[in-house]
Amino acid sequence: MILSKTTIKRAITTSVVTAVVTLGSTFAGLAQAQTLNGAGATFPEPLYQRYFNAIRKDFPDLQVNYQGIGSGGGIKQLTAGAVDFAGSDTAMTDAEAAKVDGGVVYVPTSGGPVAVVYNLPGVTNLKLSRKVLPAIFSGQITRWNDPRIAADNQGVNLPDQPIRLAVRADSSGTSYIFTNHLSAIDPYFKGRIGANKAPKWAGKPVSGKGNPGVAQIVKRTPGTIGYVEASFATTNKLQSALVQNKTGAYVAPTLQEANKALEAVEFNPDYRVTFSKLGDPGQGYPITGLTWIMVYKNYDQPAEADAVKKMVQWVLTKGQEINDDLGYTRIPTSVANRVIQTVSSTVDSSGVTSR
Amino acid sequence: MQERSEQASNQFRAGINLEITTAGEENLWLDQGFTWLVRSFAFGTVILLFWLVWAIFDKAQPAIQKFGLSFLWSQDWNVADLSFGALPFIYGTLVSSAIALLLAIPIGLAVALVTSENFLPPSVRSPLAFLVELIAAIPSVIIGLWGIFVLTSFIQPIQQWLYQYFRWIPLFSTDPSGYGGYGMLAAGVILAIMILPTMAAISREVLLAIPKELRSGSMSLGATRWETIFGVLLPAGRSGILGAALLALGRAVGETMAVTMVIGNSPTISASLLDVGYTIPAVLANEFGEALDDLHIGSLMYLALILFTVTLLVNIIAVLMVRLIGRQGKMPGF
Amino acid sequence: MSTSHPQQRQSLAALYQPLPIRRTMFNVGMSAIAFALTGLALLPLLAILIEILRQGLPHLKWEVFVSLPAPVGVQGEPNGFANAIIGTLMMVGFASLLSIPFGVMTGIFLSELGQGTGIANFVRFITTILTGVPSIIAGVFAYGVIVLTTKEFSAVAGGFALSVLMLPVVALTTEQALRLVPTNQRLASAALGASRLQTTFRVVVSAAIPAITTGILLAVARAAGETAPLIFTALYSEVWPEGLFSPTPALSVLIYKYASSPFVEQNQLAWTASVVLVGLVLCMSVLSRLVTRRRFN
Repeated sequence: MILSKTTIKRAITTSVVTAVVTLGSTFAGLAQAQTLNGAGATFPEPLYQRYFNAIRKDFPDLQVNYQGIGSGGGIKQLTAGAVDFAGSDTAMTDAEAAKVDGGVVYVPTSGGPVAVVYNLPGVTNLKLSRKVLPAIFSGQITRWNDPRIAADNQGVNLPDQPIRLAVRADSSGTSYIFTNHLSAIDPYFKGRIGANKAPKWAGKPVSGKGNPGVAQIVKRTPGTIGYVEASFATTNKLQSALVQNKTGAYVAPTLQEANKALEAVEFNPDYRVTFSKLGDPGQGYPITGLTWIMVYKNYDQPAEADAVKKMVQWVLTKGQEINDDLGYTRIPTSVANRVIQTVSSTVDSSGVTSR
Repeated sequence: MQERSEQASNQFRAGINLEITTAGEENLWLDQGFTWLVRSFAFGTVILLFWLVWAIFDKAQPAIQKFGLSFLWSQDWNVADLSFGALPFIYGTLVSSAIALLLAIPIGLAVALVTSENFLPPSVRSPLAFLVELIAAIPSVIIGLWGIFVLTSFIQPIQQWLYQYFRWIPLFSTDPSGYGGYGMLAAGVILAIMILPTMAAISREVLLAIPKELRSGSMSLGATRWETIFGVLLPAGRSGILGAALLALGRAVGETMAVTMVIGNSPTISASLLDVGYTIPAVLANEFGEALDDLHIGSLMYLALILFTVTLLVNIIAVLMVRLIGRQGKMPGF
Repeated sequence: MSTSHPQQRQSLAALYQPLPIRRTMFNVGMSAIAFALTGLALLPLLAILIEILRQGLPHLKWEVFVSLPAPVGVQGEPNGFANAIIGTLMMVGFASLLSIPFGVMTGIFLSELGQGTGIANFVRFITTILTGVPSIIAGVFAYGVIVLTTKEFSAVAGGFALSVLMLPVVALTTEQALRLVPTNQRLASAALGASRLQTTFRVVVSAAIPAITTGILLAVARAAGETAPLIFTALYSEVWPEGLFSPTPALSVLIYKYASSPFVEQNQLAWTASVVLVGLVLCMSVLSRLVTRRRFN
């Protein structure tokens, strides 16, 4: 009985402590300011983590939480109303946007090259031509010492090993940017796989979740080749292949080359772009994409709408300075200003009451 | 029930001593209220299971109507074309679990025997059993973390060796280089580690529940210890041990995180254990959060339903088998 | 008796002869194999624990308990997972609030009220089946019924998913605990005029409290380590959890995210978080063991 009494006491103490912690943090949260929850593309995730870490310092009453769950996931959760904004590398299609009550506004935030990363000890600056790259990813070239690869890389000692593809396990905008380019330059690839957020690859690829997952597989596994947003390649010291562009030059996935590629890109009035034009740019690094934040036109509460405006304004002005640091391209100032205008005039909390 | 209503009517009939009657009635109300409360909570538990099954079944409808049973043997999983088939995932789930069982059954039995027989003094035996059971307490995601950073690098040379010398066996017929240790074999080993405690603990209880007379009888007839184990103990505990294996299988089939982290997540069907694969829980973990189309969601829910049905059947059979031995001796707790 | 058959004498002599080599070899060999396999069984546990300590301990500083995860590539900022610790406590706490009343009441029903009836057998059967529900299925279920209805990733959804996993464990251990209370005590209580309510709570349940606590601790330990039910119900967040209706971080999800990250800093944080999580879970498991031991010995 004595034992049971102390146990009861212990049990009560434990539950009281738990309850206090739970309630305490709840009230602490209530006292705090507006929080925005976003989810989606992992392509800009390192950038967004920096954005929202910095924004907390500039606006102590604004907390933004962004989770990289893949572009497809972001769009799904925005449609379901489970997040306040979504990130995606493909922008939503009209059909997808139609499912959102009140509609969405597209906010381009940055762009960047998609690096083709590989792990072959001792091999640097691997060159991949416009014939070879699609052939590798459509399963036509399966070994590293294939003469077609060797032809572009004279004097490089390519191992007699199978080529392992490292791809995305989730639905991804990065996959779309990558396959969009390969489809634009190679009809066989277009017919066999096509431009897609969740392509069905040939062979038996290893897949990881998000850009981080793919980068980790390539980093840890000799013999693999994959594709990730370039900042994941540089921060992790992965080898990036030089990819041949339309002019025939072999270019590296640098910020400079990506800017060149995006120079010609024109934004539509709703700030989306026509992807067929992005597939094979005339100059610069050929596999380059843009990424968007999609916000609702209508929010439940005025405070939320204001927070969204504040966030967009910050991201497109002060935030853009961070883009350079991490190797992402900036959104041209003229476009950025127009986007800020659009957001501040169309986003509000009227109209639709229930999402 | 009968008694209580009699009691109640007696109290009504008495009606003289107001105080007692009131007190009694209050008690009665409280008592009945309590009874109903407990019943409704228990009922709630039952409802939960049906709610769960219904919720998943309901969301799986689009896929069930579109694909029907052919979903089970269709190999295609193409989100872009909205054509879905479950076979690679069912195959991966079954094969990784089978590897796990093949490894865990002998090892689990050995642990159960060492910790139930008198090889060691009792003061060593129970801590030993406890240590093995402790593996079950380590969260699956941490075992996965260890799998990524330790097990895969350990298993890769083994895979290369198997491929080099045994590639004529279909099980080891594909080149594992470039997979970095990820794949079916790693998933099987990880699962074996995770189900070992289940296998060991329940087999141990089953062995302990076998009547002492059987052992003494066999020994007194001149059988050695291991002759007794193989000739008497294991046959006597057969159904319980089989039940333990099935419970372990049930756990392996539904295990998610650790497997997702090491299996390579590639929907392929290959006879080779050196290849990468995919399991039902892993595809749910990877794709559920982002499935947009009703048919894609439906197909994932359909997969969840298949997984649920398989674990359900395995568990029901396991529970019945372990109970069978429980009837004869003491009921093993699990 | 005295005129024994030659054959009989021979077999009697066999009793005094040493065991044939083959049988001895089999006996010794099998023992060796059994011990080797047992050693093999302990190997992963040791390997995992050693690795966690080796990788995680050096970075286990006070800072990790009080600060938020720092973004990758930012130097000199405190890096930790205080938010995930709070998130885990919140969700496990919420799951306990849901599952303990249901679990204990179901246990009482199984052992006290419905004892031996067909309904009790049915409820027990269903509860046993619930223990076998894969954790990812609990997550799918919670996503379907909570996230889609409230339109929010939340601690509530995560806690609900965890409670589905905790409920059957609490129910079945409560039942077992109550069954260990001798029937005589129930009869004595009833004979003294106690009502069913009084007998159940003042006599039976209070005697079984230590064992019930064990069950609850085991369930809590299991829930604290679960990841699969949380990844699409509670999601995750890099900021402080702010209430029960917003995305909430958890230690286990943090480990999952950072384990498959290419950034070494995040890998390290995953190991450090593992030290904390394993410490928490193992303490609870060992504690619950000790409580039971003391009671039964």
